[in-house]
Amino acid sequence: MRRLFLALGLCFLWAPILLMAAYAFSESRTPYVWGGFSLRWFAALAANERLIEAAWLSLRIAAGSATLATLLGLLLGWVLARHGPFAGRPLFGALAGAPLVLPEVVMGLALLLLFVALQGLLGWPAQRGALTVWLAHSALGMAYVAVLVQARLAALDPRLEEAAADLGASPFAVFRTITLPLIAPSLAAGWGLAFTLSLDDVVLASFVSGPGATTLPVYLFSQLRLGLTPEANALAVVLLGLAGLGLFGLAVILRRGRVETPPSRE
Amino acid sequence: MIRTAAWLALGLLVAAPLAIVLGMGFGSVAPGVPPVRWPIGAEGWQGSLEAWSLLFADGYYLDAFLRALRLAALTATLCLVIGFGMALGIASARPERQLLLLALVLLPFWTGFVLRLSAWVGLLRDSGWINTVLLSLGLIEAPLALLYTEGAMLAGMVHGYLPFAVLPLYATLARRDPALEEAAADLGASPFTVFRTVTLPLAAPAAAAAFLLVFIPAAGEVVIPELLGAPDSILIGRAIWAEFFQTRDWPAAAALATALLAVLLLPVALYQRLARR
Repeated sequence: MRRLFLALGLCFLWAPILLMAAYAFSESRTPYVWGGFSLRWFAALAANERLIEAAWLSLRIAAGSATLATLLGLLLGWVLARHGPFAGRPLFGALAGAPLVLPEVVMGLALLLLFVALQGLLGWPAQRGALTVWLAHSALGMAYVAVLVQARLAALDPRLEEAAADLGASPFAVFRTITLPLIAPSLAAGWGLAFTLSLDDVVLASFVSGPGATTLPVYLFSQLRLGLTPEANALAVVLLGLAGLGLFGLAVILRRGRVETPPSRE
Repeated sequence: MIRTAAWLALGLLVAAPLAIVLGMGFGSVAPGVPPVRWPIGAEGWQGSLEAWSLLFADGYYLDAFLRALRLAALTATLCLVIGFGMALGIASARPERQLLLLALVLLPFWTGFVLRLSAWVGLLRDSGWINTVLLSLGLIEAPLALLYTEGAMLAGMVHGYLPFAVLPLYATLARRDPALEEAAADLGASPFTVFRTVTLPLAAPAAAAAFLLVFIPAAGEVVIPELLGAPDSILIGRAIWAEFFQTRDWPAAAALATALLAVLLLPVALYQRLARR
């Protein structure tokens, strides 16, 4: 019964995707019509310069915003976990958590209006484009990183840091040599999460981007409104392959980590 | 110093944008770039209630709200039911299998949001896969109108949001003590009674969190209704989008966004209470 439910659920999740992947190898120009095996849509994909440009821009923005989001999220998570009850703490917590629950369309509109207002007041940012998308995605990602960092910091054994401080380490040395390595997994997870969110975002980027800075999801969204192409199917196969490889790699690393860990002495 | 920097980041990237949306709701449309007059100018207050009166002028936006909330509630309910079953299935699998099953739930995510929707378009449209198969089997004579319907939107929404429901439910169900259910069964409870009186109450907070985790973003969804819904089925997310991109009435978009936030305040507060436990 439980297995049946799980199997049906997985079928629902995977059926559209597997079908899409299968038809990526069809010769036919009409998507979802079988016209014999062919790799022509992968060749078309590789020759689509606008798509490749958009993908490259998306990757750069995702890497940049994940990095900024990790730095800012570390800052927020640190204050949330370590600064105790300070004046304005409830407001601080609400603001730090807001991007997690704000509808994308509200967040996109809000950030766009911020950039427009800043431009009117300060003349910066002079135009909207990759820079504004980078900032918008960082604002979204930092909230996710903050949650992960806060949870990790709250779970740390305070004696580790106290011991280092007792042995004469400066607060910065304690942070660099003890705290940072201990929370590194949550920073890495947060970076990955922020990277994924940025790479998949349509709505924020549509609001805050300008001409000449089209990210991959925005490009695909505009193409899909015009109609389906078999190229999209081919792209899905490529992305699924990359994600599968990444996951496989992660599993291998995790497994190796498990083997190398010496058995505990309990 | 650290706290000041953190306040600065939050102020610039979260508080200021929200405050500006709130203010822009009282601005008015004006020719120029940007196409608005801010409510506060050189001569002081110059705001108007135009945008807000538009909101209440007729039932158009009220309908958009109700439609969006209904679809979000339907999506969240379906995600909760399906997600509960799946999470239970994963949590009762052999431990070494669980990670693989979780990966299978999450992997579709990485095909990308838009591409997943394109798969649904390919399945559901008149010349799509389902209609082609049904026609060639002779089960139907004319293609069924599947795309651009409420059902298509719902399928796309549940497909997109299901992992959000599975993860918190799995996290709770995997941690539960199997002794509780075994004890109930030993005492003669039927499998259904065990589920109803032990498993379900244990998972209730996680279930509520899962529901809200789907409901909140779903209520403001734009892209899925845009690609799978009927052109005339205006949901509030789409209405905000259209006011901004098509009508270029920024104050109206801002007033609608403010109203959406106000509507979502209660579910958000509820979710944050649940998440803190």
